Amino acid sequence: MKLLNKSLIWLSISLFLVIGVWSVFFYFNMLKEIKGSVDEGLDNYKRQIIYQAQKDTTILNKNNFAEGFFTIHEITQSEALSIKDQYIDMLMLMQDSDDESPELEPVRMLTTAFENNGRYYELRIINSMVEEDDLVKELLRDAIVLYLLLIVVIIIINNLVLKRLWQPFYSFLNQLKKYRIGKNFPEVNTDIKEFSDLQNAVNILLKHTVETYEQQKEFIGNASHELKTPLAIATNKLELLIEKGNLQDEQAKNIAEIMSIIERLVRLNKSLLLLTKIENQQFLDNQTVSLNDIVKQNVSDLDEIAEFKNIKISVSETAQLTAFMDVSLANVVVSNLLRNAIFHNEDHGMVQIEISDKAIKISNTGIKAPINEQQLFSRFHKTANNSNGTGLGLAIVKAVCHLYGFIIQYRYGNNLHCFEWQVK
Amino acid sequence: MKILIVEDEIALLNAIADSLAKEHFVIETASDFHAASEKINVYDYDCILLDIMLPHGSGLQLLEQLKGTGKPGNVIIISAKDSLDDKLKGLELGADDYLTKPFHIAELNARIKAVIRRNKLDGKNTLEIANVILDLKERTCLVNKKHVALNRKEFDILNYFLLNKNRLVTKTALAEHVWGDNIDQADNFDFIYYQIKNLRKRLQIANADIEIEAVYGIGYKLIEK
Repeated sequence: MKLLNKSLIWLSISLFLVIGVWSVFFYFNMLKEIKGSVDEGLDNYKRQIIYQAQKDTTILNKNNFAEGFFTIHEITQSEALSIKDQYIDMLMLMQDSDDESPELEPVRMLTTAFENNGRYYELRIINSMVEEDDLVKELLRDAIVLYLLLIVVIIIINNLVLKRLWQPFYSFLNQLKKYRIGKNFPEVNTDIKEFSDLQNAVNILLKHTVETYEQQKEFIGNASHELKTPLAIATNKLELLIEKGNLQDEQAKNIAEIMSIIERLVRLNKSLLLLTKIENQQFLDNQTVSLNDIVKQNVSDLDEIAEFKNIKISVSETAQLTAFMDVSLANVVVSNLLRNAIFHNEDHGMVQIEISDKAIKISNTGIKAPINEQQLFSRFHKTANNSNGTGLGLAIVKAVCHLYGFIIQYRYGNNLHCFEWQVK
Repeated sequence: MKILIVEDEIALLNAIADSLAKEHFVIETASDFHAASEKINVYDYDCILLDIMLPHGSGLQLLEQLKGTGKPGNVIIISAKDSLDDKLKGLELGADDYLTKPFHIAELNARIKAVIRRNKLDGKNTLEIANVILDLKERTCLVNKKHVALNRKEFDILNYFLLNKNRLVTKTALAEHVWGDNIDQADNFDFIYYQIKNLRKRLQIANADIEIEAVYGIGYKLIEK
């Protein structure tokens, strides 16, 4: 998930909580304020009514809310003394201007008592209150609008501002993705400290990697030198020994065995070095290579061997196929696949090579069972009938494909083992 | 023919020297940079076998030094390094060939003879043994002045044997020379046997005075009858 989206999610959740809690507080505060102000109004009415009653005693007869917003009842002195100013919320059947019939409406009622000309009265005044459910509804709607508004604003800020702020980071990241050893280190101009710190840290790491790579390369060169010279000595000395003659058949047979073991060592050493070189990406003399030509060359090189083994090789081309890669590696891939197809074949078998505009398909007859694809491409995997191979041929093919992003696939069907090398 | 072998590994140096002595070359050896440098300065050689990694210096420096003096002489670099860069650099500096270790003695023989012959200015490019003449330019084979048809690989095999007259050519050396690295799998020995059998038959029919002998089942040797 992108950083922008992640931060958006966290902001949405926390804003939701904050606005929710704030709405509850706001609601109660608001209600308190409204009641306070209504109570003040009621208090004013009270004083006006008492004052009016002194001048105009007719209002003392109003004892029903139907006539107005207050009622007056005469009470005894002791009752009057026991009454304190009291504000209560209650519901009363009323008809508002917008109501068709009387409804229960919330009202606030002040109950108080006063004395007029030595007589005592109880005074009740009402004032309509806000309807709480309306208030809650209003508030909820406003809160939701506010919340959505904030989210929209945040998205806009994220997209415009943060994207611009993170731009150096993404540019750096892109350069890193494309980075290959030997190229310039990735670099971005930024005054943001975190990003320049990151750049420094990555560059230090890269420098270290490049150094290690150089050492590795040198090590491979040295290792190959160190191994190859003794192998050369052993080969040459044995060849001279045989040339000298005077050997009994048994001795000659032993020497022949030792020689073939040394040959195997030589091949193994060569294959391992090749594999290491591919994996260290030391082949980068890339150019446009005609795979049709390479296939034909390899087929002609292996002609006699195939003929000797009674294997028929057929090549069908439906298009010219080219790849942008190192020529020697293209040769390695084709020759390894072709050799596999020839040597893991049966007598009077066949090898079909199909070149299309996207891939090379090499199918061959052979043992009548599919091979485990996972093991097939792993190093030192050998089938029972081939103890003399290095077990590295297909691992090398795989490594080359991995290096260039090609796809190599194995399939078994119609009694044919099929390797498909997809170049495009 | 005078040959200088520059190689720091004494065992390998001796093996090469032993082998070349059989070809009746005059052999001199040097096992480090200074000894080699001195010899190159003082004497002329027909061919110099040069290792790149040497004590006290690089074979490539020696090559530069030799070419700087303007002396004649073929140079074959013998190195464990087989990266393209090294090869190109060596050849750019004027080396005639580049042989990667480990190599077969037959291969070294063939390379030495090839470079020496290439630089001889007598115009013709043929190999002659007994009544067999191989024209390397036209890629034709004459026995008793009569043309013998050989396919591409048979020609290469015969060429290799002629360059290694009277010497052991192992089956692997032959396979590597003629079929390149391609043939490193199981039953190549039977395959080589089959190819040799065909070649023998052709030589026999043409009454060639050469013979390809089997040596202990390990390889073959071409001899004059």
